[in-house]
Amino acid sequence: MQQTWVGGHQVPHPETATGLDHRKVLMWVFLGSECMFFGSLIATYLVYAGRSVVGPFPKEILDIPVTSVSTFVLLTSSLMMVLALAAISRGDVRGFRVWLLATALMGATFLGFQVFEFNHFVHQGLTPRTNLFGTTFFTLTGFHGAHVTVGVVWLLSLVGLSFRKGHVTQENSLKVELAGLYWHFVDIVWIVIFTLVYLIGVTTG
Amino acid sequence: MATIVQALRRPTSYTGWWSWVTTVDHKRIGILYGATAIIFLLLGGLEALIMRIQLARPDQTVVSPEVFNQLFTMHGTTMIFLAIMPLNAALFNFLVPLMIGAGDVAFPRLNAFSYWAFLGGGIILNLSWLLGGAPNAGWFGYANLTGTAFNPGHGIDWWVLGLQVLGIASLASAFNFIVTIINMRAPGMTLMRMPVFAWMTLVTSFIMIFAFPVITVALVELMFDRFLGTNFFVPSAGGDPLLWQHLFWIFGHPEVYILVLPPMGIISEVLPTFSRKPLFGYPVVVFSGIAIGFMGFGVWSHHMFTVGLGPVANSVFAITTMAIAIPTGVKIFNWIATMWGGSLNTKTALLFAVGFIFTFMMGGISGVMHSMASSDYQQQDTYFVVAHIHYVLFGGSLLALFAGAYYWFPKITGRLLHEGLGRLHFWLTIVALNVTFFPMHFLGLDGMPRRIYTYDPSMGWDLWNMVATIGAFMLAVSVLVFVFNLVTSLRRGERAGNDPWDGRTLEWTVPSPPPAHNFDTIPVVRSRDAFWEEKHRRAIAPVAGGSGRMDPGEEGGYRPGHDPRHSTIHMPSPSYLPVVVALGIVLAAYGLVYHLALAAVGGAIAVAGLYGWYMEPASEPEDTGQ
Amino acid sequence: MDRERSPIRGAVKPRERAHPTPLTYVKVGTTLAVVTVVEVGVFYLHAMRPVIIPVFIVLSAVKFVLVAMFYMHLKFDSRLFSGLFVGGLMLATAIILALLALFAVFTG
Repeated sequence: MQQTWVGGHQVPHPETATGLDHRKVLMWVFLGSECMFFGSLIATYLVYAGRSVVGPFPKEILDIPVTSVSTFVLLTSSLMMVLALAAISRGDVRGFRVWLLATALMGATFLGFQVFEFNHFVHQGLTPRTNLFGTTFFTLTGFHGAHVTVGVVWLLSLVGLSFRKGHVTQENSLKVELAGLYWHFVDIVWIVIFTLVYLIGVTTG
Repeated sequence: MATIVQALRRPTSYTGWWSWVTTVDHKRIGILYGATAIIFLLLGGLEALIMRIQLARPDQTVVSPEVFNQLFTMHGTTMIFLAIMPLNAALFNFLVPLMIGAGDVAFPRLNAFSYWAFLGGGIILNLSWLLGGAPNAGWFGYANLTGTAFNPGHGIDWWVLGLQVLGIASLASAFNFIVTIINMRAPGMTLMRMPVFAWMTLVTSFIMIFAFPVITVALVELMFDRFLGTNFFVPSAGGDPLLWQHLFWIFGHPEVYILVLPPMGIISEVLPTFSRKPLFGYPVVVFSGIAIGFMGFGVWSHHMFTVGLGPVANSVFAITTMAIAIPTGVKIFNWIATMWGGSLNTKTALLFAVGFIFTFMMGGISGVMHSMASSDYQQQDTYFVVAHIHYVLFGGSLLALFAGAYYWFPKITGRLLHEGLGRLHFWLTIVALNVTFFPMHFLGLDGMPRRIYTYDPSMGWDLWNMVATIGAFMLAVSVLVFVFNLVTSLRRGERAGNDPWDGRTLEWTVPSPPPAHNFDTIPVVRSRDAFWEEKHRRAIAPVAGGSGRMDPGEEGGYRPGHDPRHSTIHMPSPSYLPVVVALGIVLAAYGLVYHLALAAVGGAIAVAGLYGWYMEPASEPEDTGQ
Repeated sequence: MDRERSPIRGAVKPRERAHPTPLTYVKVGTTLAVVTVVEVGVFYLHAMRPVIIPVFIVLSAVKFVLVAMFYMHLKFDSRLFSGLFVGGLMLATAIILALLALFAVFTG
């Protein structure tokens, strides 16, 4: 019987040609594809950077201190996520729920920051229709926010499922690992966006 | 909502038309793909015929300029996304699990979803004819022809939404086949023992997962421009229509390889079988395929030589484009060498395969002519390019798909296609194809632009246009012969048996048509061309049980009763949910055009379906259905 | 792919090793937080202006790699996963850079 390591524990799963679980291979193939998705959005943003005909421009409107805090929250949520995975891999369902709930809450907090930011920008006169910056900024960060939203729903569903017998257990901690992979991916996309759009964007334009 | 979906009883029937809606069997899904694609192929062909009638003589008024625009847009979009891609998908679905010795694909329900989403996308695109006019900006939909300022109707909306839904279908299918091929190969089926068709499926699937996100983003941007008033492709706000061209061709050129690599895989299966020789230079053919897939991402701007990218960019893309001809040429030499010295069994499948090599090579050569930027300035947007793409996609992809049809029809249906009609089909096709498309080279060099709805008699284009139109009608006849052959052979064709062609790969080890569970015992693979080796080595040194069937493997492949976890063949159960999710997505797409409330309903159905899907086990514990 | 194949199944033994302990996770998390603070610090440091873009790119790459290797377990899991992900990542990066060059972002 093939064995594999999932979240620190050796668990059996159906035999496959590589010994890897189908779902985990699927998740990584999906993330590889997502790189191209966000890559295209980022390319559009960068190609159009500095080409807006009218303001507001990034320098006038992006708020580094506030976004640094929300970035910090999202990064920390990734730590909560791995701790949740470590907990369920030990069979600690209670700890798993606490950490996962913390992850989802931090994700929701990040989204709250984003809603606040979008709202603020609209009041400052920047909408997706205003100029190229608005068009590309709202599209790129909006798609990222949509990914975070899906992630929050996914994590909360896992918390909910963990109350039904046999759905989220030490043996099928892979379910949690898959959600985690997605969550961390969304996090690293934000690392890129924060650097390119905010830090470099404000410095250069 | 989710509980309602869950409350529906799981479908249990394996017969009747309803079972086709809920099926998750890769073979049935493959048949659905094939049948649907043939219908779309006929539709696309009809559109081409109307265009050819309009262009047969100068100054004709068979259709209006506006309808002509819709015809060429829908002809291109249909043939690429609704005919050739799904015909490839039909063969992926039917054959790949059999070829690699698997019981099904890795995610059977996702596979069913891919088909239903594909059908939905096809319906969205084609219903546009009845809902205020079809899209009219070409299959490449260049910005800002597609902007609301120049294109206020819904045609482009249907195009955008149809392609998005088709993109979802293609991505889902590509994810599925990558996991299936990586993870579900039978014992001993190492990557370098895989049939080339399975290899090309893998490469094509990788191209899809990397190319489709780019068109998804481009279409999202266009959609936002149209629905939300953003400025992506609005020049007055600084938007650059060239960005659309780049994003489109970053997808669009790999898409060409999505269309043509699986046919190359078909040829690499047909030629060895009908030459009774192993494929010449198997590793080289495989690596050429990988190289083509990889390099395909680095050539896109050769579609844009005339937009003014400058000499450096034009030179770079000219060189990468010329370079991609190398692995393609390598494959052609390998195919010829495969036939060299073989004992040829000149059945229809082989005729089409040889026809493929010949006409595809001609398309390849005119492609290399385009790769020279300075020469391309003369050819861009003329009928020369139309000739090129039809030599590649008709003379290439479609001929190979016909070869595949004659080769695998017996496996799929249990009956052979009629050989005499097949030969008639082949000769009609190969003659008509050249009569139709070869004159287009002359027209192009004479300066006839693409996508014009008529021309003046003084241009001197009358003769070759008339010849091309006559050829197009001959092609139509040849396709009808093929369809007639399909329909009659389905009922009255000669019985095929397991292995009518003395095949080399695992699909020929099972009955025709294969049983739902594919293999009674999962085969153990000991070499490339495993079945051929098994048959012919055994013939020299007979071993008990080696009579034309794969040995289940003494060393312990899966055998009923051998491993307690595999004591019965456990089949995935049918499910409503894939079709429910696809329906939700299609409704949402219509809602985006007509009313957001409908979009919300569609979205809710899709989400509920996904939730039910997540909660539904892939196979019911008590259901070990056959 | 790994070379260890069982002779019969042709299967590759998974080369996954045990995932890190919570302590490692916390260490990585702390590093990520520190790097973010450094980034924001650099942002306000005028002396850094001339080299600010490369510095930001390096710092964010560090964060990216840490999350991918430790939190997403690429350092410990099958190399197939790294290949799938890095393949997509490299292709996306190459295409972004090519587009920036084509739109003359680097040359003005």
